Amino acid sequence: MKQIINLKVNGVAHQVETDTRRTLLEVIREHLGLMGTKKGCDEGDCGACTVLLDGKPVNSCLVLAIEAQDKPITTIEGLASNGKLDPIQEAFVANGAFQCGFCTPGMVMAAKGLLNENPHPTQEEATRAIAGNLCRCTGYLRFVEGIQQAAKAKV
Amino acid sequence: MIFIRRLPQFDYVAPRTLWEASSVLAERKSEAVLMAGGTDLLPKMKKREATPRYLVSLKNVPGLAYIKEDKGALKIGPMATIHDVESSPVIAGKYAILRDTSLVFASAQIRNLATVTGNLCNAAPSADMASPLIALGATLSLSGPQGGRTIPLEKFFTGPFTNSLGEGELVAEIQAPQPQPHTGGVYIKHSIRNAMDHAIVGVAVVLTLDGSDVCKDVRIALGACAPTPVRAAEAEKALKGNKLTKAAIDKAAKAAVSAAQPRSDPEYKREMVQVLTARALNQAWQIAR
Ligand SMILES: Cc1cc2nc3c(=O)[nH]c(=O)nc-3n(C[C@H](O)[C@H](O)[C@H](O)COP(=O)(O)OP(=O)(O)OC[C@H]3O[C@@H](n4cnc5c(N)ncnc54)[C@H](O)[C@@H]3O)c2cc1C
Ligand code: FES
Ligand code: FES
Repeated sequence: MKQIINLKVNGVAHQVETDTRRTLLEVIREHLGLMGTKKGCDEGDCGACTVLLDGKPVNSCLVLAIEAQDKPITTIEGLASNGKLDPIQEAFVANGAFQCGFCTPGMVMAAKGLLNENPHPTQEEATRAIAGNLCRCTGYLRFVEGIQQAAKAKV
Repeated sequence: MIFIRRLPQFDYVAPRTLWEASSVLAERKSEAVLMAGGTDLLPKMKKREATPRYLVSLKNVPGLAYIKEDKGALKIGPMATIHDVESSPVIAGKYAILRDTSLVFASAQIRNLATVTGNLCNAAPSADMASPLIALGATLSLSGPQGGRTIPLEKFFTGPFTNSLGEGELVAEIQAPQPQPHTGGVYIKHSIRNAMDHAIVGVAVVLTLDGSDVCKDVRIALGACAPTPVRAAEAEKALKGNKLTKAAIDKAAKAAVSAAQPRSDPEYKREMVQVLTARALNQAWQIAR
């Protein structure tokens, strides 16, 4: 069943014609060409597909694109503004919080979702916020440190 | 080997009221499936374990994501998410056992999508919201083409991944009575990594003291150790009306094992039921004081 759907991604309104069974992840990558959001497991386990829906982190592989209409969507491409990285991105770079980088966009978006709701997370809260993001390369510690550094940089 | 593929074809149905949703379900029968957050259903569809012709989504029905207290009872709407439970001021007080449960439930990303009602309706023996809600004495308001009915949550489950919903019936609301004064509630989820894993054993206790150390009332529910979440009636009987002591709790914890009929790892699970029931009772006792 083809349908016209309206999505507002990173502040830009898009209209795409797609099948009702397409996930938000598929539409972001295949229709909008925003390749920062990754497909890992496609079933909610790895967090690589994390985007913000209405400011909250969700697995875009478990959201139907038609159900993401009327709500602001933020992907990794929408974080930097005027050529300046988000404090979380800055802190991850400064901390060397990645190796291959596949998990990074999802990790950053999960961290962004946390700081939106809780600007000064404890170490435990930061750890909990990325519990749904798998990383095969690092030891997770640098993400947690990066999140706390970003929280400090913001004040 | 199970392959994850793109979603199969379906017709997307967007009712605007619960009544309309239930009519579509009644009319389309087994061809239609209801969807709330989709975190159980969409992975199943990608694996072709479910291939509904009609996907009836509740996301377009306004006003279903509430959590409130009304006439001395907690009321949870069908679209309230696990994250809503985590951040609700109503829950944080008297129903803190549900907040504690939300904290050990999946990931932040899943909690923003997954609903409490979907967790119950999916009826996994390990469903994390089931045993704490049973321990709170929750009931479900169902509505269907034949009208409405109310059913205790512990009677809702009929087997692994099956429930007692009739054709066209859906869960319209979860309700739980306000706990009495001097009540403590505890949920212990035993799992391999804590986050993101299904419970190996889950134990929920809601215990009320009479003002001293006498157990006025207690409800104990076990998850993942029988085909459905179950109440540990023998253990409750051993405590009710009696003075709480370390020995009384150990005796009750031993009695809780009789409620467990594990489908896998029976010896280990029985042992864990005893250990965790004792631990949960001790913690609930401290909170209730
Ligand atoms: C990565 C991952 C981690 C998870 N971790 C956990 C965990 O830690 N603990 C846990 O318990 N579960 C976990 N789950 C399972 C799942 O997230 C939960 O069971 C969730 O609460 C289901 O809710 P939903 O709204 O997404 O349900 P849906 O997928 O929308 O629906 C589930 C079932 O309930 C039915 N249904 C939904 N609403 C109604 C209604 N109002 N009336 C009648 N039927 C209805 C649907 O038809 C469907 O059969 C996890 C899932 C994933 C993918
Ligand atoms: S791709 Fe969505 S969680 Fe793995
Ligand atoms: S840096 Fe390689 S998966 Fe995280």
